[in-house]
Formats: sequence, C-alpha cells, structure tokens
Amino acid sequence: MPAVQETVDQVRRIDVDQYKYGFVTDIESDRAPKGLSEDIVRYISAKKNEPEWMLEWRLEAYRRWLTMTEPTWARVHYPKIDFDDLYYYSAPKSTKGPKSLDEVDPELLATYEKLGIPLREREILAGVEGASDRRVAVDAVFDSVSVVTTFKEELKKAGVIFCAISEAIREYPDLVRKYLGTVVPTTDNFYATLNSAVFSDGSFVYVPEGVRCPMELSTYFRINERNTGQFERTLIIAEKGAYVSYLEGCTAPMRDENQLHAAVVELVALDDAEIKYSTVQNWYPGDKDGKGGIYNFVTKRGDCRGDRSKISWTQVETGSAITWKYPSCILRGDESQGEFYSIAVSNGYQQVDSGTKMIHLGKNTRSRIISKGIAAGRSDNTYRGLVSAHRKASGARNFTNCDSLLIGDQCGAHTVPYIESKNASAVFEHEATTSKIADDQLFYCLQRGLTSEEAVALIVNGFVKDVIQQLPMEFAVEAQKLISISLEGSVG
Amino acid sequence: MNAEPRILHTPAEVTLADAFSAARGDLPGDAGVAAARVVAFDAFQKKGLPHRRTEAWRYTDLRALLRSVPPAPPAEPASIAIADLLPGLDRARLVILDGIYRPDLSDLSGLAGVEVTGLDTLLDQGDERVGALAGRLDDAMVTLNTAMMAGGVAVRVPAGLDVTRAVEIAHVTSGAYSVFARNVVTVGAGASLRVVETFTGPNAAASVANIVTEAVIGDRAKVTWAKLQAEGDAAVHLGTTAVSIGGESQFDHLTLMTGAAISRSQSFVTYGGEFARAGLFGATMIGGKQHADIMLGVDHAVPNGASRELFKAVMDGKAEGIFQGRIVVRPGAQKVDGKMMTQGLLLSEDASFSVKPELEIFADDVQCAHGATSGEIDEDMLFYLLSRGLPRAEAETLLVTAFLAEAIEGLGDEAIGEAFEQIARDWLAGRKTLA
Repeated sequence: MPAVQETVDQVRRIDVDQYKYGFVTDIESDRAPKGLSEDIVRYISAKKNEPEWMLEWRLEAYRRWLTMTEPTWARVHYPKIDFDDLYYYSAPKSTKGPKSLDEVDPELLATYEKLGIPLREREILAGVEGASDRRVAVDAVFDSVSVVTTFKEELKKAGVIFCAISEAIREYPDLVRKYLGTVVPTTDNFYATLNSAVFSDGSFVYVPEGVRCPMELSTYFRINERNTGQFERTLIIAEKGAYVSYLEGCTAPMRDENQLHAAVVELVALDDAEIKYSTVQNWYPGDKDGKGGIYNFVTKRGDCRGDRSKISWTQVETGSAITWKYPSCILRGDESQGEFYSIAVSNGYQQVDSGTKMIHLGKNTRSRIISKGIAAGRSDNTYRGLVSAHRKASGARNFTNCDSLLIGDQCGAHTVPYIESKNASAVFEHEATTSKIADDQLFYCLQRGLTSEEAVALIVNGFVKDVIQQLPMEFAVEAQKLISISLEGSVG
Repeated sequence: MNAEPRILHTPAEVTLADAFSAARGDLPGDAGVAAARVVAFDAFQKKGLPHRRTEAWRYTDLRALLRSVPPAPPAEPASIAIADLLPGLDRARLVILDGIYRPDLSDLSGLAGVEVTGLDTLLDQGDERVGALAGRLDDAMVTLNTAMMAGGVAVRVPAGLDVTRAVEIAHVTSGAYSVFARNVVTVGAGASLRVVETFTGPNAAASVANIVTEAVIGDRAKVTWAKLQAEGDAAVHLGTTAVSIGGESQFDHLTLMTGAAISRSQSFVTYGGEFARAGLFGATMIGGKQHADIMLGVDHAVPNGASRELFKAVMDGKAEGIFQGRIVVRPGAQKVDGKMMTQGLLLSEDASFSVKPELEIFADDVQCAHGATSGEIDEDMLFYLLSRGLPRAEAETLLVTAFLAEAIEGLGDEAIGEAFEQIARDWLAGRKTLA
C-alpha cells in the first residue's frame, strides 16, 4: 500500500537526518581575520563604507562589551564561547553589495532556489497554489552581506524604503541615526552590545506616514561559511498610520561545530501604525547526538511609541541548538497593543529558552501572549516572560496563555512567567498548562487509520493552531510542514 | 598587604557577623552542632544577604531592606504580653518567647502521648531531626538560622496517634530583638495532627524574627497546619517551613500574612512517598507600606503525587504583595497532578502585586497547570451589591472577604478556618473605604 510505503520512507529519512537545508554552498568568500578587536570593528565598518559616526558608534559598543559578562540566567547549558575563535565578517567574493539581480553570482541564486526562496521578481514565494497575485519582496542575506533585494523599485513608488541596513546607513543616514539603538540601546545586554559593535547586515524598512506597504517584506538569512558568526541588525520604522508585514526566515548548513547568531531587531511604531513581524526560525539544530547547531542569541524589541499603535510578533521556532530569544513590546503610547504568538518545538538535544516581555507604560494598553511549547527527545523547552504595568498604565490589560506539550519522558518543559502590576486598574490574567498528548486522542486517530506519526502531527497542529493562524498564508503552510518534520522520530 | 579583593558587607551583615562571634560560645549544641554552625555562618557570609540578583529573592532585596539588625533578646523580658488572636479556638499552646521554648507559659493539656521537648535538648544530644530537611535547602535565611538558632520546640507524634486538640506554636517577640528559632515536628505513620503557628510582637518594635520549622510527616498521616503571621507593624518576619510528606499522607497548609513591615514566608514541600496529597493555601492582607512575600516550592520527587495551591492577596495603601511559586516534577515522577492559582486584588492606586508562578517539568505523563490574575474589585459585582442597597463599605468588605475565604476554606478545617476568617473580617473593618 502506498501509505505504508510512504511511512517507511519517512522513517528511513529520519535515520539519516531530517534537516533538509544542511547543504553547503561552495563559494569563494572574503573573510575578516579571526578574532575580535577594535581593528576588526574598523575593518567591518570600512568594508561597508560607513561614515565616521557609525564607526564611532560601533567602537563605543565594542568598548562597552569588553566590560560586560555573559548572561547566565537562562535555562540553557553550553560550553563557554571563545569569542576570539570566530570570524566576524564573511562575504561572498563575487558580490559588491546588492545591485541588480544579473550581477549576482549564479551559485548564490541557485542556493536560494534550493532553499525555496526565488529571487527573480517574476517568481513568487514557494508553496501555495492560487497565490500568484501575492508578491513578497525579499532581502537575501548571505553570511555577512545582503546579496540582493527584490521589488525595490516598486516599493519605492509607494514611498517604502526596503534595503540592506548597510545601504541605509549610506543612503538614509538621518533616518538611521534617528532610530538606530533607540529601542535596543547599545548597552542593553551582552549579545546586543556585541551585535552593535560587529553587526554586518540586515534589513532596513521605512514606511512613510499613512502608507500601507503594498506587499509582504521578507528577509532570508543564510549562514554558509564555517566558523563564522552572523550578526544581523534589522530596523523597521512605521510612521503614523503606516502598516507593514515583515517575514524572516533562516537556515544554515549542517556542521559539527556550533555557530553563533546574535541578531538585534528594532521596531518602531508611531501613532496608529502597525507592524506585524513573523519569524520562521530553522537554523541547523545539531545532529541526533546534540553535536553542532546554531546558538541563536537574539534581542528583538518593538516600541509602540505612538498612541493606538500595534506591534505583533509571531514566531515558529524549530531550529537552533540553543535559542535565547524574547521578542518584546514596550507599550508606551496610550491604547497601544502588543501581541506575541509563539510555537517553539524542540527535539533531540535542543534547548529553547524563549518568551516575551510586555511592558505597559501607557494608558489602556493591551497585550496578548499565546505561547505553545512542544518538547520531544531529550530537549528542554522553557517559556520565560514578563508582563508589567507601570504606575501610570491605568486600564492596562493582558492575557497570557502558555501551554506545553511533552512527547517522551526524557524531555523537560518549563514555564517561568513574571507578572508585576503597579496599577490597580491593570487587569492581568495568566494561565499555563503542561501535559502530554492524551491517549484517547491518539487512539482515536490510530483507529481511523492514521499512523502514530501522522496522528501526533495532526494533534500537534491542532495544539498550535492559535499561533499558525497569525502567520501570513505562505508561512503558515511552511510552518505546519516544519513542525511535522521537527517532530519526526519523536514517537517511539 | 595582601591584594585580595575586599568583600564589602552591609552594616546589617557586619552586625550579624559580630553577633555570631559574640554568641557562638553560648549557643546550645554538642561539638557536631557547633562545627555545623561555623560552616553555616561561613556559607552565609560568602554570599551575604540575598539581594535583587538572587533569583529566589528578586522581589525582596534584603541587602537594601534590612538596614540594621537589632540586638539579641535579654535572658528574661521586661514584660510578657501574649495576645490571644484566636479566641474561640480550642487548642493546646506551646509558647516560644523571644525564640526560646517556655514550658512554664505553655499549656500541654490534651496532648497525652505527644512528646514535647525544647530544641536545646535536641541540639545537646546532636539529634538528627534538626537539619534533616533544612540542611538540604540552599537559602541564605535558612543557612543563617542554622548558624544562629538558639531555641524552639520539638514535637513528636507517635505512629497511629490521633491528636484531636489543635496545637498552637506561639512565637512571641517581646521587643526590638533578633530572634532565631528552629522547630522540629515529627508525625508518625498513620497519626494525625492540627497545628496553628502564630507570630506576634508589639507594634513599633523593629524586631527581626528568623524562624525555621522542619516537619517530617509519615506515611498515611494527616496534618493540617495554619500559619498566622501577625507581627508588630515595624517587625521583619523571615519564616521558613520545610516539609516532607510520606506516602498516602495528606498535608494541608494555610499561610495568613497580615502583620510586619517586611515579611517573607517560605514553604518547601517535598514528596517522600507516592500517592500523597498536599493542599497549600495562602491569604495575604496588607496595607500601608507593608511588604509581604510568599515563596512556595513544591517538589514532586516521586510519581503519583497531587498538589493544589491557591494563594490570594489583598493589597491596600502602598503595600507590595509578592508570590513566587514553583512546582517541580522530577524525571520519572509520572502521573503527577499539580495545580497552582494565585490572585491579587489591588485596593488602592499605589499598591502593587508581583507574581512568578513557575512550572519545571521533566516527566511527560503529568497534568500541571498554573494561573495568575491581578486586578481591582470587579465593578460589576460592586454595582450589583450597591443596587441591592448595600452601603459601599459593606459591599467591598463582602467581596474581599469572599475573595479571601476561598483560600482560607481550602484548609478544610472548620474551627481553624472560622478563626482565621474572623481575622480577615477584622482587618477589613479596620481599613478605610475605597475612594
């Protein structure tokens, strides 16, 4: 029977490894010398043709970083990182900044093709039939540089700026200077400060007043080079009444070394603006014995600076050996809204410590947190979140729901919420549950003829439905598949 | 000159170090206990008082809050006034005055068969009951107590004995003194016991009471335990209860916090046998500038345990209420059922409530949940009562009492519950109406 054969194939695939983005692109690259020093910071800045103020900014962050120590409060364990044993800059030799698609190395284009990210503008993002009228502009970041940004011209017509941040620093210095580091200051935390010193590329988005961005914006991050760290920086600004939806995806080759990814994302939403930020994080998680994989230490923060503004984070976390990530919202403007939807799936020896912070400062601010953690194998999955109401945040509302699902008896699921209310009229509700897949649900599916893997995938997809619904359609389909793949081999 | 970095101590830490050197020769205990005291004090001194960055104490920064440490109590207090906070509750009474067990002030009637001993006797004999549970806790205040404990009481209920009369362990502080007491309660297999632990002291006396209670509950035993913290308004209360519960036992615990300027009440419950059930409840009522922190640790070390936690807190004035709860399910502890709920009610603009309910789970076949809410009195409910003709103050009292009663009644002991609810009503009667 074909169904059975399919299952057998599926199971066989798991035996090898289920990470399908683990290939390496053989491309000549230009690297900075190994290690970190003021000279390396200068080197990166010079490579990017940055103005003097940017270099000063980086150097200040670097000096600050030297005085800082690594945070140890997260529930993750890993050997100490030797920050002098990394390459902080690596770029494919053939590319001198993103210009036109025709100048891009075909090898690179093929890489993105293979990843399912078409960079030719006539094409659309893979996956969904009947979505041909939906277009997505892509900024493709390969190691330390942005190789191409699509639909730039068309976006420009609408007044939207979408480009690599290194380009923005040169082309729109006033905007960058006004907002860079205002949400995540250079002194914020160890990894954010490191990023401020050595960040190489990332995306810059500026949506002017009253403009609804005509298409989805997206950045695809790819780590290729051995021994490098990727430090990208993303800055998104939505002016009054603007709207933008931004997607982020990432993968890396399979290597038996651990690679560092320390990104910083800053979002600024002014009056009545809305930013929707979605991530499908699928960095290489390491092999079945926990060897290799990406350390994903990321600082993401949105500032609802204007009244009635809204920032929504949606994340699907399936990759990385270690995830340390807390996309947060500072609800500064009155009646502003923050949302956080998360699915974190961990398998093998993965460690996830993720969650959010909702900081209510303005009046009548609202936030909602929906977090679904799924732990399988020997992984540890922690939700860590903070909801706080400032003394002046009268009428603040929060609803938090975090559920954990355990698959197997060797994994751990943890919930560490912090709730701090300094205002009587702030109403906070928090609920959390931890359980395993109910035997009766599983039995029901099995007796309907599903295999146990299909049954688990079905039940898990039901479990995470609340979050999947928040993703843009193209990503929702992808995310659903990703979750099934991540859990393969976890049912025994 | 040696080049080692100097560790800076706060004035309180310096006073504690002096107090320890002055007292250690006179503190009770055999050579083993004396050696353990030195080890404990060194451990305390290395870390110092817990502070903001000590995760378990993040909301109660003792390094900042504990500015000074009062002197040790005199051998005999000038006057002894023991208030009766629970009129109408029939109970035997063991009085711990300024940290020392006082048989002369106690009433042991109705406790036939129960062994009651002063802690000094146990320490002099090097009895292993002392430190059996507290020794496993890594907490600065418990460690400090191990170094400084001067007295307290040991209660042992033999197997199978059903003690029907409630036993009050009354901690009375007579003035602005530092008190370090340790109590040890042992309940034999199949026995039952009802304990009321009270903490009182005069107002305006800046006392610091560090009291640790260890309770080992045998298989199939049934223990009901209510703690009433009603210290004087300038006092600092640092109380810890460490409990181990045996197989098929039942343990119900209620903490009512209403006194002291700064208080921290810690309960750590470990499951020592399967099919044990624990109910842990709390009611906090504070106003003014009071700071009350409840820390709860539930350790499901074995399979098939059940726990219910319900903690309620009412904050008025500029009071700060805190709840930190942690349910741990260890690897292999399957079929555990744990549910924790915490709710805060803010009665004034300047009050605050912080909670951190944690789940740490390493077994898959479990049912664990926690919930937390924070808010003010529900306007709709208030409106309903007002529309029925109730005056505002009365309506508020009714709603707040009902809010707290749920936790108090959880204890499942009618007589104790009634006495504690009266305390809640008195507290509400004493506060002003909301604006």
